[in-house]
Amino acid sequence: MIAAAAGIEVLRPRHLKDALMMMRVAADEGRPLVPMAGGTDLFVTLNAGQKPAGRYLDLWRLEKLRSIESQGKRGLSFGGLATYTDCIESKGVHKRLPILVDASRQVGGVQIQNRGTLAGNIENGSPAADGVPVLMAADARVVLRSLDDERSVPLAEYYTGYRKTVRRADELIVRIDVDVPEGAQRFDKVGTRAAQAISKVVMAAVGHRVAFGSVAPVIMRAHKLEAYLAAGGRDVAEAKRLVGEDVTPIDDVRSTAEYRRRVVANLVADWVGGLDKAPRSR
Amino acid sequence: MKIKLHVNGDKHSVDVPPMKRLLDTLREELALTGTKEGCGEGECGACTVLVDGAAVNSCLVPSCQADGCDVQTVEGIARGGGKQAARLHRLQRAFLDHGAAQCGICTPGMLMAALALPKRATLDEIRAGLAGNLCRCTGYMKIYDAVAQFLDGERA
Repeated sequence: MIAAAAGIEVLRPRHLKDALMMMRVAADEGRPLVPMAGGTDLFVTLNAGQKPAGRYLDLWRLEKLRSIESQGKRGLSFGGLATYTDCIESKGVHKRLPILVDASRQVGGVQIQNRGTLAGNIENGSPAADGVPVLMAADARVVLRSLDDERSVPLAEYYTGYRKTVRRADELIVRIDVDVPEGAQRFDKVGTRAAQAISKVVMAAVGHRVAFGSVAPVIMRAHKLEAYLAAGGRDVAEAKRLVGEDVTPIDDVRSTAEYRRRVVANLVADWVGGLDKAPRSR
Repeated sequence: MKIKLHVNGDKHSVDVPPMKRLLDTLREELALTGTKEGCGEGECGACTVLVDGAAVNSCLVPSCQADGCDVQTVEGIARGGGKQAARLHRLQRAFLDHGAAQCGICTPGMLMAALALPKRATLDEIRAGLAGNLCRCTGYMKIYDAVAQFLDGERA
């Protein structure tokens, strides 16, 4: 057995209210709990021998958080435990946000898709998460609940820095709400191989809303590019120039900053070049 | 903590730390060493088992989350199950027929992931369903052939 797992304390509530109470008490005691869903990110660090600080709150038994609901023509509401497999199997997601199905199919293999959750990916804060750019491009809102209140934060404003989020120590992500904006959708993941790769660059676009992964310390919206596109700008060279100002990639084990800049520019050129041609380009 | 598991149809009760990996509980507490550890980070799929019918990487599942669950491992798929596995499962037979294993470290995980495929899976769906299982020997084609033959038989 890996040594790191031996001494870790885990609280295992059966109901959301109990979970929120545990989060509150732990926060008040100054010993905050780390929420755990499918564990697919967490166990990678544990297995690597890095004992994560703190204690864990196992959310897996909160079955009610596993749903995906469709509302009206464009609305989707993902429970805090909705997995990538749930997204792949949801007719509502296929219809309203098909690029989330594309992205979900590229998150690890089936084994990861069965356990990895949208909320877990959001909260874990990896800048290379595949599903998060899709939600961000679709103007998703993260619904945070504590024992006595609930607030809804735009996903685009959720990150305050590398793996840092606005979530308070007594809050849990209970829902992710999306009212999918009008416009063509696109998802691109560039990695080393087709499956089981951590991305070098991820781009998700819904109309003029464009989000990127792996090119900044956090998943981000390309604000300069978006402003240009929203104002009707369609010049490919200008779009490439502007997105170059939006992203701040680095050299790391998976790629180089230079390569990432080039790929971002190419993806944007392809997207902007076809933006007004295909009503629902994939 | 005490957890209860249904493994390959047998009831087990074990006392393990809640964050002990399901992989380690199977191998160390239940002596089911057919499930292999490859990468330990959810990349290779060698540790794949079925939990309530769904393929998971047992190196990424805390034992506490398997409490009360039905777990299937490679030991359970041959007829008779457990240690009395006298007759191979048709999927195992198909692997033998097609030479779908060389070093064998990926094979238990491949078998379990293949068992989670829908019976009507196309070649593309077989590829997608096994995308989380790495094999460094075979180049995959013999594995796909074996799984396709098995699924053909299931449909017949």
